[in-house]
Amino acid sequence: MATPYAIYGLFPTPETAERGFNALDRAGVSPSRIIVMASEPFDEYAFSKMDHATPMPYIAALGGIVGGVGGFFLARLTQEAYPIITGGMPLLAAWPTGIVTYELTMLGAVITTIVTLLVTTKLPNWKSKLYDHEVSHGKILIGVIEPSSAMRAEIENRLRGAGAVKVKITGGQS
Amino acid sequence: MATKTPEQITEDLMRPMWGLSGRYVLAVAFLAGVVVAALCAFMWQVYAGLGVSGLRTPVFWGFYITDFVFWIGLSHAGTLISAILRLANATWRRPVTRCAEVITVFALSIGATFPIIHLGRPWLAFWLFPYPSERGLWPNIRSPLLWDFFAINTYLISSVTFLLLPMIPDFALIRDRANGWKQKVYGALSLGWTGTPRQWHRLETAMHIMAIAVIPVAVSVHSIVSWDFAMAPVPMWHSTIFAPYFVAGAIFSGIAALILAMALLRKFLHLEDYLLPIHFENLGKLLLVMSLLWFYFVFAERLTAWYGNETGEMPVFWTTQHGTYAGLFWLMVFCNFLIPVPILAIKKFRTILGTALASFTVVIGMWLERFLIIVPSLSHKYLTYSWGTYRPTWVEITITAGTFCAMALLYMIFSKVVPLISIWELKAGLHAAPHTPRVVVEPSEAGAD
Repeated sequence: MATPYAIYGLFPTPETAERGFNALDRAGVSPSRIIVMASEPFDEYAFSKMDHATPMPYIAALGGIVGGVGGFFLARLTQEAYPIITGGMPLLAAWPTGIVTYELTMLGAVITTIVTLLVTTKLPNWKSKLYDHEVSHGKILIGVIEPSSAMRAEIENRLRGAGAVKVKITGGQS
Repeated sequence: MATKTPEQITEDLMRPMWGLSGRYVLAVAFLAGVVVAALCAFMWQVYAGLGVSGLRTPVFWGFYITDFVFWIGLSHAGTLISAILRLANATWRRPVTRCAEVITVFALSIGATFPIIHLGRPWLAFWLFPYPSERGLWPNIRSPLLWDFFAINTYLISSVTFLLLPMIPDFALIRDRANGWKQKVYGALSLGWTGTPRQWHRLETAMHIMAIAVIPVAVSVHSIVSWDFAMAPVPMWHSTIFAPYFVAGAIFSGIAALILAMALLRKFLHLEDYLLPIHFENLGKLLLVMSLLWFYFVFAERLTAWYGNETGEMPVFWTTQHGTYAGLFWLMVFCNFLIPVPILAIKKFRTILGTALASFTVVIGMWLERFLIIVPSLSHKYLTYSWGTYRPTWVEITITAGTFCAMALLYMIFSKVVPLISIWELKAGLHAAPHTPRVVVEPSEAGAD
């Protein structure tokens, strides 16, 4: 997969990145086309607020329920599969069944959380994609994916005007 | 640290990963030598049978189960403490969490091997798994040993992922600085991380959920380990206090191990700018609280047993007070209470050296505590004709020493593979108020509008 066509600026500070983000927003660039990358989370800035809504906690709870139901039936069916009285306890002993159910509830929630994280962030993804190694050196990347030809010059100007130390174009249309 | 730029922080924390010093190689060779000796001792035990250990009627649980409980307890250093501090949004936790989480993963892995080492026929360990064998036998769900299987595996999976998830952004940082095969390896490990807001937000949400899930799991693990004992009608074991007593002891030994590891890392990896006296002071206060709590539990347990004056329990009680095991018992009290409390209670002594010293004695004391829970009770069961003694052999001592060296060895190898302080979390902590929305004043957008 080739690197997508994009224009982006590399900003030295979160404040300048915020200006770059706002400038693109004011230029009428659709938020779905704006791309942001940073080597650390900047929760307090607007450019980090994209894509915040996630059903992950609910999915984790659902995973917990599935794990718990699975644990309950595993414990129950195991006790029924080899019925032997031990320690005067009933064949279907509630307390031990509760322990296995509890552990698998938590395991279900944990595994579902990890799977949801990987699916929603599209990881792993080792294919070629828009990225700049400067991000790892502290720069914040703000850009637009597949901008229209008419917008290209304006986007470049706005990114530079907001304080981008470099503006780059990737993909085939440069 | 306040004067360092994010780039300097990255460089400082990655520095221990590059290059090998002669001192490092020598230490690794020594530790690996002891681990190999322990493996040889284990192979000898497999070949010759459990008779080469000191396990004899009536004491069938000795060093191995002591080590099992000790290491599982020590594993509470990491994930539990890290999760609590994360949920409490304690900002000072940032340099501490990964050091702690690593202890959990390694200690839990080491601890989980002991039930297998302790088996007469370790190649049949898979019989513990909940699946029907060819003989149609199913594991007994009513056995606490099977509860261990579920609890330890759940905790291990949770702890490994709790450690690995925040490592992904740091792997990406290393990927972008490495060359050749290292770049390929870290590129694969970083899973293609780019640092978009979606990735950051999902990662932080996942870590939050994991922190909520992992705390009750950690508590359940050591409760279940305690129930291995408390479910048995053995004098001084069959007690309702055991679960909270074990959990408190686990957190106590876990914090001690964490302080000790941090002090050594600070010294040998030159992390003086990151692992600050305040971290040791705060953890020292936690250790002080746990020391007092531990003493409270010991006192409550002993008082109840003494006041009850039950015929079956009193021989066990007295053998630890002024009998065969009294020396070890009072050494335990000395190590867990009498030494650490004054050191940790007096601010002047709550230094890096002071907290490390107190932690060192606590680690010794907590190993002794595990031993004293197991052996005196088994050697003084209800009928006097069945009383006996226990003496560990060189096989058990070598295997025990090997696990301590294995822990140090794994930690040293890990320090060459991953930064022991989470770089991105540390940098994020430098923002003045991470959850306060920022308003950026817009200059006149010359050339833009």
